[in-house]
Amino acid sequence: MANAVRTEAATPRVKREAEGPAASPPQLFETLSGIPVRPLYTPEDVGPGLAERLGEPGKFPYTRGLHPEMYRARLWTMRQFAGFGSAEHTNQRFHYLLAQGMTGLSTAFDMPTLMGYDPDHAMSLGEVGREGVAVSSLEDMEILFRGIPLDQVTTSMTINAPAVVLLAMYVAVAEKQGIPPEKLGGTVQADMLKEFIAQKEWICPPRPSVKICVDMIEWCARHMPKWNSISISGYHIREAGATAVQELAFTIADGIGYVEECRKRGMDVDQFAPRLSFFWDVHNDFFEEIAKFRAGRRIWAKLMRDRFGAKNPRSWMLRTHAQTAGVSLTAQQPLNNVARVAIQALAAVLGGTQSLHTNSMDETLALPTEEAATVALRTQQIIAYETGVTNVVDPFAGSYFLEALTDRVEEEAMAYIRRIDEMGGIIQAVERGYPQKEIADSAYRFQMQVEQGQRTIVGVNRFGGEEEISIPVLKIDPEIERRQIERVRAVRARRDAACWEKAIAALRDACLSDRNLVPYVLDAVRAYATLGEISDVFREAYGVYREPAVF
Amino acid sequence: MARKIRVLVAKAGLDGHDRGAKVVASAMRDAGFEVIYTGLHQTPEMIVQAAVQEDVDAVALSILSGAHMTLFPRVLALMREKGITDVLLTGGGIIPREDMAALRQMGVGELFGPGTTTTAIVDYIRSSTRAGAETAR
Repeated sequence: MANAVRTEAATPRVKREAEGPAASPPQLFETLSGIPVRPLYTPEDVGPGLAERLGEPGKFPYTRGLHPEMYRARLWTMRQFAGFGSAEHTNQRFHYLLAQGMTGLSTAFDMPTLMGYDPDHAMSLGEVGREGVAVSSLEDMEILFRGIPLDQVTTSMTINAPAVVLLAMYVAVAEKQGIPPEKLGGTVQADMLKEFIAQKEWICPPRPSVKICVDMIEWCARHMPKWNSISISGYHIREAGATAVQELAFTIADGIGYVEECRKRGMDVDQFAPRLSFFWDVHNDFFEEIAKFRAGRRIWAKLMRDRFGAKNPRSWMLRTHAQTAGVSLTAQQPLNNVARVAIQALAAVLGGTQSLHTNSMDETLALPTEEAATVALRTQQIIAYETGVTNVVDPFAGSYFLEALTDRVEEEAMAYIRRIDEMGGIIQAVERGYPQKEIADSAYRFQMQVEQGQRTIVGVNRFGGEEEISIPVLKIDPEIERRQIERVRAVRARRDAACWEKAIAALRDACLSDRNLVPYVLDAVRAYATLGEISDVFREAYGVYREPAVF
Repeated sequence: MARKIRVLVAKAGLDGHDRGAKVVASAMRDAGFEVIYTGLHQTPEMIVQAAVQEDVDAVALSILSGAHMTLFPRVLALMREKGITDVLLTGGGIIPREDMAALRQMGVGELFGPGTTTTAIVDYIRSSTRAGAETAR
């Protein structure tokens, strides 16, 4: 890593107060979602009809998992998110991770890319290559996947507002490798609803943003049968402060929103629903997290079959990626994060995830170093190969507590979903700021509970030490910004201007119609139109979103 | 009666992490401050203009994207340019300690990292702003 220098970053001081049992306030006997937890659970807590609520693994309603044999037949995909600096750096990291036994690629993009700006735009100042890799044109994408045959890996791209541009670039890179789109496997996140709810990376207002998402779902259903056209994400909702119940509810409500928009376009639900995928956060509350995975599958299966009339069992299945909770990591005593990540990852596995990213211990300070990322991957490998938890399908089924909790999480999530339905659906709810406000309130409540000592964060409000522990952190060279600007300017100067102009004009035209935009974006990226230029066409056609600033 | 401490809570650049800014804004409001929140994606120019217009005692800038060494100095320079040198510039986010020290050298106030209590932030602003000093008198 030529441009990644290491420095010792001291972690914040923690006060040695409120330490030990003498100073500890009464513990809250409730889950992180505020569900009360009793000391003992008995058969009465499970109630009648458990067999129907569970079903068999691999069968409706999939409470016990999507496949009859789960991890005995196939382990989850170990997919570590990576991306920093320039396309060359991230390409090197990809090759390294693949050599370490990782089985799927996952790309993190920098803020300008996520927001649809070229590196030389004023808003990009100081942010190029910092939180992920900078991809400004097809040329960067060619470098990013150099030496990686795209029909032999699956790639997940965490990109939303300009997702259609990155999807098109991926297809165009594959074309150059001689690989047709139908052979490509992977995921583009492309979930704009959760952007307005939580992650806050947008270009246009909600309705045109969702329109473009639906364009991708439709195009992928026709041309990319192995591709997940959307990853309906609870992760960011949770990280922004939602409880597990809110994460589940708002994410499923987003899913309902996309299904409804696709149906309005006349698509048959079984045409696209099998390619919808989900993405959960996995936080510290071990049992509640397992319950969330199980309840989520059950809710989705019932909705798809009974509300939307899906006939294909694949449409009923909630397939999910999961990531351990970044927000649960502490800057204080960062080595403790290894333990947190292991417990969270175990919950995801016991919950039956299809794919998993484990966070690195240093991610609260900066992007992970290679050592930290390796420990995170090894954590998954230890769970998979050493603990024996993969030998049995859904081992917690029948636990009085876990079944009662699964039912309760489902019930509370459904109450939110009904409330959102009453508002006229998730798009209206988002426009009214409803989920945003619920999340901000939960975040504040949690912070107050921590400050009042009702919730313990080890190393932060209890068991702190005065000593400073330093771990190496990754630094991004500011030179990357300058070089990325040079590169995009060179691309603009070198490309066939007539070809570019024609493609941009056609895209502009298509934006003013209700045509599917994917083929037009494909032509534009093939003509080396930049990400910023394509996003500018969207801005002109659809306007720019401004969030109401409420707290 | 002493006037209320006025604070501009600001998010600069492309960074969308607003959980911390909103929690801090709520805590300041509950502590009796008048809080103006800029919302996301503000330029340094927009932030300083808002600080002048709203006649605030402090600007609290939240940055979790790593762009703090670009954005804090820019906001500080613009504040000086506009002559609001008695307004405190403080903030928080994911900021390495050596960067915090460098920014303090330039004239930025205390910066707060992960794990800080909202009480610590409220107390600091109360003790470091002109309105806070008037209240104390």
